[in-house]
Amino acid sequence: MIINHPLLGPRDAQEFTYLGDASLISRPDAQDDNAAEKFHDYLYLRDNPAGLHRELWFHESGDRSWLVVTRNTVTHEITDVQLARDVARKEGRSK
Amino acid sequence: MSGPNRLNGGLIDRRTSVIFSFDGKTYQGHAGDTLASALLANDVRLMGRSFKYHRPRGVLTAGSEEPNALVELRSGARQEPNTRATVTELFHGLEARSQNRGFSLKYDFMAINDRFSNFLTAGFYYKTFMWPRAFWEKLYEPIIRKAAGLGSVSFEDDPDVYDKGFLHCDLLVIGSGPAGLMAALTAGRAGARVILAEEDFITGGRLNAETHTVDDMSGSAWAQAVMAELTSLENVRIMTRTTVIGAFDHGIYSAVERVSDHLAIPENGKPRQILWRIYSKRAVLAAGATERPIAFENNDRPGVMMAGAVRAYANRWAVTPHQQVAVFTNNDDGHRTAADLIAKGVDVTGVIDVRPDAPKVAGAELFAGAQVVNSTGRLGLKSVQIRLANGELRDLPCGALAVSGGWNPNVHLTCHQRGKPVWNETLAAFVPGGELPVGLSAAGAANGGLTTAAALKAGAGAAVQALSDLGIQAQMPDLPEAEDTPISLTPFWYVKEGKGRAWIDQQNDVTVKDIKLAHQENFRSVEHLKRYTTLGMATDQGKTSNMGGLAVMAELTGKSIPETGTTIFRPPYTPVSLGALAGRSVGKEFHPTRETPSHKWAAEQGAEFVEVGNWLRAQWFPKAGETHWRQSVDREVLQTRKSVGICDVTTLGKIDVQGKDAAAFLNKIYANAFAKLPVGKVRYGLMLREDGIAYDDGTAARLAEDHFVVTTTTANAVLVYRNMEFARQCLWPDLDVQLISTTEAWAQYAVAGPNARKLLQKIVDPEFDISNDAFPFMACGEITVCGGLRARLFRISFSGELAYEIAVPTRYGDALIRKLMEAGEEFDVVPYGTEALGVMRIEKGHAAGNELNGTTSAFNLGMGRMVSKKKDCIGNILSERPGMNEAGDLNIIGLRPVDPKDPIPAGAHLMNADGEISAKTDQGYVTSAAYSPVLGCSIGLAFLKGGADRMGEILRVSNPLEGTEIRAEVVSAHFVDPEGERLRA
Repeated sequence: MIINHPLLGPRDAQEFTYLGDASLISRPDAQDDNAAEKFHDYLYLRDNPAGLHRELWFHESGDRSWLVVTRNTVTHEITDVQLARDVARKEGRSK
Repeated sequence: MSGPNRLNGGLIDRRTSVIFSFDGKTYQGHAGDTLASALLANDVRLMGRSFKYHRPRGVLTAGSEEPNALVELRSGARQEPNTRATVTELFHGLEARSQNRGFSLKYDFMAINDRFSNFLTAGFYYKTFMWPRAFWEKLYEPIIRKAAGLGSVSFEDDPDVYDKGFLHCDLLVIGSGPAGLMAALTAGRAGARVILAEEDFITGGRLNAETHTVDDMSGSAWAQAVMAELTSLENVRIMTRTTVIGAFDHGIYSAVERVSDHLAIPENGKPRQILWRIYSKRAVLAAGATERPIAFENNDRPGVMMAGAVRAYANRWAVTPHQQVAVFTNNDDGHRTAADLIAKGVDVTGVIDVRPDAPKVAGAELFAGAQVVNSTGRLGLKSVQIRLANGELRDLPCGALAVSGGWNPNVHLTCHQRGKPVWNETLAAFVPGGELPVGLSAAGAANGGLTTAAALKAGAGAAVQALSDLGIQAQMPDLPEAEDTPISLTPFWYVKEGKGRAWIDQQNDVTVKDIKLAHQENFRSVEHLKRYTTLGMATDQGKTSNMGGLAVMAELTGKSIPETGTTIFRPPYTPVSLGALAGRSVGKEFHPTRETPSHKWAAEQGAEFVEVGNWLRAQWFPKAGETHWRQSVDREVLQTRKSVGICDVTTLGKIDVQGKDAAAFLNKIYANAFAKLPVGKVRYGLMLREDGIAYDDGTAARLAEDHFVVTTTTANAVLVYRNMEFARQCLWPDLDVQLISTTEAWAQYAVAGPNARKLLQKIVDPEFDISNDAFPFMACGEITVCGGLRARLFRISFSGELAYEIAVPTRYGDALIRKLMEAGEEFDVVPYGTEALGVMRIEKGHAAGNELNGTTSAFNLGMGRMVSKKKDCIGNILSERPGMNEAGDLNIIGLRPVDPKDPIPAGAHLMNADGEISAKTDQGYVTSAAYSPVLGCSIGLAFLKGGADRMGEILRVSNPLEGTEIRAEVVSAHFVDPEGERLRA
């Protein structure tokens, strides 16, 4: 597979390490009343779609960016790649 | 003259004779021959024995689809089994041997299997040898393996080098027949970057095997003219002897280039083969088509061949398999074989065409509406028996039978990404369909365009279309004149007459009867059919047999062939040697070797090294007279505790953390608090996974307000860094903090023991005060040593002694260890390795990887109170969940044997002093154990249920695996200096 890195252009997937569902960005707030429950869901409940999937890839043998890659798990077509940091900011993690 | 069956013409170089041997006998061929063509030229039809029944077999095809003519090549370390004679280029001195035979190919005692064929039908593995069970491994399997083997391997290291390479192109053209050449030419002229890959050693594909003209030239001459132009184009890379074996995601293809297979020994410095990874923007599959046989009784005798192959041998290699040839066909194409052979002066004794309206052939007797129902000739075909249209039987003498059942487009690569081929009624074959790999299109025969004219046009058209997708304007070239005879074929798969065996898959000895049996036993889906009968397995993957098998099954189930389906084509297209897949990653180069800066020095000292991941670390340093590793390790421990020792700890992960929010960031990464760590201080830190399990520990040293150095364990250096970047970029994206791994940037040594300070004071520059008051336990700082060399000093201790870790830039690591050893001479300094390091940390009760084993919490490790409840850090919420901190859970404890002579085995389980020994009564387990030279006995660290409250209890340390059991006392894990007085000294 080839991942079109937002900063570096097309790179071979071999340069990356795969983590999993991009929902791992949405780490719950430890101050929440039911934080334990939310952390449980955050850690253990994942969708496993046959189709579009937003997932985290780490450019370990490259510039060490974490990326959010939108990949079709059936065809491996990659439709979107963003810096995970930008995604995290958009999701309100700037604190 | 190179053999009695050599004809005129052909594309061989008759001036160059090539001497080779087969089964010990010497023969002569020519440059341009394959092993198969040269053997046929020498009237050798018998080339091997079949897989299961040891039936005599000859060559069936002239290409990579060959199921039968598998031979062993070369000898010694280069011996190579299961090589297809049809694609083996002849070279001077080539040694080839037939396989899967007894004493000689002609007299194979294992041919007895053929007499017992009723027992060896489909599924015989599953039905036979079921009982007694123990016999399977010891008796049945070895016998079957021996009887039903293929070639043999040398069991020596392959002396040749294999390589891997990467290529990029706009257009990859797979195959160099008429379609491929036109595609490459069109794209090449347009200036696109083109790779033309051809599995054969010459380009041209079927153009070299046919007598068709292209424009006014012979097909092969036209191909050479195109090649001349392609060769002149710098943007075109022509790769012969290169098979594209797989189509992968996003336009990536893999290909094997057989750089030196056609040479006795690779030329100096060249690899034997290269596995290429080709990144293409677009690709055209022009892989041609494969002819399929018609099954009939005893259709596997040497001499029964594909009609297209016989034509290829005659036209390209100027060889006829025999002086008398007959043809058996269901289509017009088969007649070409008769015509071409007759033109070469070969006696064609008859053309048997299943179609009653078959066209007349000039120069040979035609049997229209007839079928071949049997054959004779034990080691080579002598005659065929024909059922004529009028019902009469007739024997027809022939030493070779050219069979054509039609052609199957080579759709394989179009299916590597779930593409499902579709049925084409005219061809009675599958053509590419469904979703092709992104960027791939098929052209020519591979796409069902079986005429030369269709292939030329489709190849050019596919290139124009592919380049237009890329925004490159390509001109459609003038299309040369070429044959365009429409396909005329009546599907015909197997002859129903006859009680004997009609072979569908010759490589796996699968007959029509086997398929009927599979159907009868309800293995009817194609996938089941394949597994039950082994149809389509092994090196040829059923290239000539799958369709026949499908057709028989379709008939039995009353379904159409497309309803019956095809098995899934997977890479590789043809067999790939393991050497090519391994490339350079063999032996010592299997993974990288990382050496620490003191490696050379340690080797000079005679150190024993141990692999720690990719690192090599000194394990111990034997001295003269020491005959057992324990002597060295005990000495290193005792001398360090008595005076001073030095250990290379460079392999620990080091991560530089800088920025205004560095402290806030570490506060989130570590379970314990870091925000208030003063500058110039180090703190032990425990990292949890988000699920609350402890996963790594180390230290963080605050060198400045905004600058920390974090250390990790050697094993987790990469993982911790990855997780820290995840936290930085994904969880807290706006903290002002930067990370970089500096593991390789610093050489770091632990200097431990009562004389550690005195030793260091000799090399630390005098302006830096490292006295106990100025530089107490857990101090850190940036200093200079040896007159100005920048260094970092950390007063931390893994051994429990007064100890420091000193780091200098890596390039000074070798100099520093030598300097430290020299400075330490007056204290009788010892270097110590990982063993002594381990012994001392066990004596001190420090947790390491054995304790942080992925199942233990901070509570288990006795560090439950360290986990901050005030701050938000990774893992602290779930470390509080039920079951993680219950009284009675595992606690880390120390173990001391009741009898000091007893060793404590690591991994042993703890049982109460009395009672049952079982999983139910299990009390915990030993994680680390060592002989403590200080205490004079074996000691261990263990996790024990409720261990914190069980000090002094006697337990059984049970090792049922090795049948040992000892008694041990539960003690504090801190065996040496529990008050920590030494490390503060």
